[in-house]
This record gives sequence, structure tokens and C-alpha cells, in this order.
Amino acid sequence: MIVCGCDIGSLTAKAVIMENGRILASEVMRTGIGPGKIAEEVFEKALQKSGLSRNNVQRTVGTGYGKNKIPFADDVQSEIACHAKGAKWIIPSVNMVIDIGGQDAKAIKVNDDGSIKKYVYNDVCASGSGRFLEVMAEALNVELEEMGELSLKAEDPVNVSSQCVIFAETEVISILNEGRNINDILGGLHKSMARRVVALARSIGIEQDITFTGGVAKNIGVYKTIETELGVPLKKMEKIDPQLTGAVGAALLAENQVAGQGG
Amino acid sequence: MITAGCDIGSLTAKAVILNEKKILGSHVMRVLNNPQDSAVKVMDMAGEKAGISLDDIKFCVGTGYGRNKIPFVNESISEIACHGKGAQWLVPKVKTVIDIGGQDCKVAKLDENGELLNFATNDKCAAGTGRFLEVMSKLLNVPLDDFGTLSEASRKTLHFSSTCTVWVQQEVIHLVNEEVPVEDIVAAINSAMAGRIAILANRAGVEKEVCMTGGVAKNDGVLRNLEKNLKIRIRKIKVDPQIVGALGAAIFARESL
Repeated sequence: MIVCGCDIGSLTAKAVIMENGRILASEVMRTGIGPGKIAEEVFEKALQKSGLSRNNVQRTVGTGYGKNKIPFADDVQSEIACHAKGAKWIIPSVNMVIDIGGQDAKAIKVNDDGSIKKYVYNDVCASGSGRFLEVMAEALNVELEEMGELSLKAEDPVNVSSQCVIFAETEVISILNEGRNINDILGGLHKSMARRVVALARSIGIEQDITFTGGVAKNIGVYKTIETELGVPLKKMEKIDPQLTGAVGAALLAENQVAGQGG
Repeated sequence: MITAGCDIGSLTAKAVILNEKKILGSHVMRVLNNPQDSAVKVMDMAGEKAGISLDDIKFCVGTGYGRNKIPFVNESISEIACHGKGAQWLVPKVKTVIDIGGQDCKVAKLDENGELLNFATNDKCAAGTGRFLEVMSKLLNVPLDDFGTLSEASRKTLHFSSTCTVWVQQEVIHLVNEEVPVEDIVAAINSAMAGRIAILANRAGVEKEVCMTGGVAKNDGVLRNLEKNLKIRIRKIKVDPQIVGALGAAIFARESL
């Protein structure tokens, strides 16, 4: 049985092709050409890598911000359900997921079968989302990809008192003008972001085995500061790109659906 | 007898010079690199307009975000108290003062004597502060001063689905790309701004007479939307709404003599 999970996020599109509980191929691309078009493209790329054609795929489940715009999806599922399912499959011991995407942050407690136990998310305010880091990268003129590494070199992280992205941007520029070291500024920014996301997670109660997914999970600075704020080490996804968690979950749900139909 | 008030805000500096009867001179300017320089400069300018020597000022009260850094003041008093005082001088029956600053929004409830009963404030989130409009003005490349008149030409009501300044920015970019007329976008921005202020105002409680101070009060689009939201008329004040805090400070200065 071959299925596809397709996760169209605000910044990246992800597709995973699975055969009987094994990942055959996956693809991650930047969005920017509209959710429908990028979905077609990311699906094609993943198919090419797997050496299969569309006809081989029995069922596709779509998820993410642009889930309703995926032309070839047979079904759509919430990001929360897909992240829970995907994370549990990738690391079976996991019972909580912290996900930070381009536009939101969520914390999900997961049941043993990969279903949702409890969740909370914030998409109202940009301050806990990947967008916070993007805005700061631009303001400080550093590459988004190098922010995490640089922040680890902070010797005396600054205190960023504003939570609002707009106010924090001004604050950071004035801190920079005071002559503070860029690494210390980045250290402070990562800390303030980690605090907000951990506070969100704490609002539903912290579990022991927590994994961190979404694009921001690739940022080592946020990763480490979240561990510090939580007071427990995170369960790291070693073999699978944490950005694929939602797409993997969608593919698994597609598999379940096919199995449920007796197909 | 001449007194003065000096209001050093986050974005603008204001000074008012007063005698027993009326305002002799006032000045509003963008802040300089530090509050001391801003205070000296704005007071010099106001003195020049009033045609007096600054030595003639008997008492000066400072207010605003940078009030503790003004070198020449005799006393400093909170913004809320000064805005209340200034508003009451302009509109004697005022009970509610909505002050929108460059990076905050405050709503003060006053009693018959102009004493502060209670207040609500937002300085945590840029939405609903002057900063929200500044960001949008820059994004659209439309001067802030045109926001009020421009929105009058709007014929289509649009609503943003987000509150956060960052997300609204994204929605505005989308609308621009869809070639939505700029007046409709500006009208939606004014309406979103008024919506945020109304939430805060209702938290403090709104009672007539209501007046609005701070630079945003010059934007008729926000003003009208706010009247609609609060179902109450907002009294127009006769001076530049940006100088009300400094005016209140100058009145406090006069009263202290």
C-alpha cells in the first residue's frame, strides 16, 4: 500500500511517500507560489525521488495552513492530529510535542495510539512563532540559518523586555546601537522566545518525553534554550527531519484510512 | 505669570507655554537621540513661538516616557494625570480620556473634578497603538497624515482576520498584490485600530464627555470608527491633540504656584 502525506505550511511545503509503514521518499520546499501550485510541485519531486508515479499512490492526506488548497488530497486532517501521529511514530516513547512553525506555536500531549490527548496553540501573536526569528534576523542582518549557532556563543545574553515582535525589533536595534555583541543579543532573543513557548506548553502540563518539531526545531539555539527552560532534555529526531513530522503523520493517517476501508 | 509643560514621549517631544489665560506657544517635534536634547530643543522652539525668554518661566512640569530625564523641570507628573488635566481644561465635562501614544494606548476615567478614577493601558502589544499605524503607513508608503482623509473615499468595507501587527502586515501585502484600492486598505487599517482601542476603552468604562488625545486623534477615520464602536460621540478638542499632555503639565505647574 502506497500513500502520501502532504503538509503545506506558511513557509514550507512538505511531502512524504510511504509504503506499508516505511518512508520511500520525502521533499521539503519553500512556499511562495501559492499553496495549490507548491503542493503539486512538492508532490512531483517526492514522487520522482521514489521512482513512482501518481497512479501508484492509493491515498493522500493533506494538512497544514494550506491544506484545503491541495488539489490531489483525498482527505484533510488538522496539523495537531498529524503532528501527534507523526511524532509518536518517529519516536514511540514521546508523549508530548512542541511544534514551532512559521506562523504559530503549539504544544500537544499525545496518547499511546498517537491520537491527541490535549493541546494548546498560539497563532494570534507572532511573538512565539518562527516569524519572530525571521524579523530579528532581518533587523540584525544575520542569516536565519546561522542565528542558532551564533546564539550559542553568547557570553552574557541581553535581556529583551518586549514580547511584541514590533516592540522587540526596536528594542533590539537600540541594544545593538549601544554596542552590545550580536551573539549576546541573539542569545537573549532565543531565550525570550523559548520562555514564551515553554509557558505555552506548561499551560497544559509538561510530560517527560517531549520532542520538538517544525522548522524552528532546526535552530540549535532555540532547541537548547527550550531544554533549559523545560528542565528536561528533549527527545531528538535523529533519522527524520523534524519538519516532516506533520507530513509523516498525514501519510500514516492515510494508511489507517485505507486499512479501515479494507483496502 | 508664565508656566510650562514638557512632554517627552517615545516618538515625539511636546512643549506648551502658558500664562494665566491662554496658551502662549507650543511645539511638537520628533525626538532626538536622547531625552535631554529633545527637551531642550522643544522648549526652545516653544519659547520662540511664544515670544518669551525661557527665564520668564516660573515653574515647569515634565511628563511622558522620558520625564525623569528632563534637565530643567521643577517637578515631574505621570502622563495619565497630565492628559486628564489637559483634557479637562479643554472640555470641562470630560469623563473619559483616550490617549493614543506612539507605542501605547491609555484610557483614563475621571470624576467631576478631573481626578483619576481608574484607567486601562496597553503598552505590551503594538496593535492599537500609534506604532500600528506607523508600520502600515511605511508599508503602504502613504503618509500618516493622509490616513483620515484617504479612508473617506473608501467604498468597500474590509476586515482583517488577525490582530497582531505582524500578521496584519501580511494581510495588507496580500491585499496590495490583489490590487485592492489603497483607500479600502487604509479604511480597514483605521477600523482595526479603532477596534483595538474600543476593547481597552470598554475595559476602563466609557462615559461622556469623551475626548481623544495624542497624534492618532487627528485621524478622522479612527475617530469615526471608534465613535461607531463605542456608540458615543467623541468631543473634538480645539488644540493639537498631541500637546494635551504638555498642556496638562503646564496647568499643573500653574496650580503649584
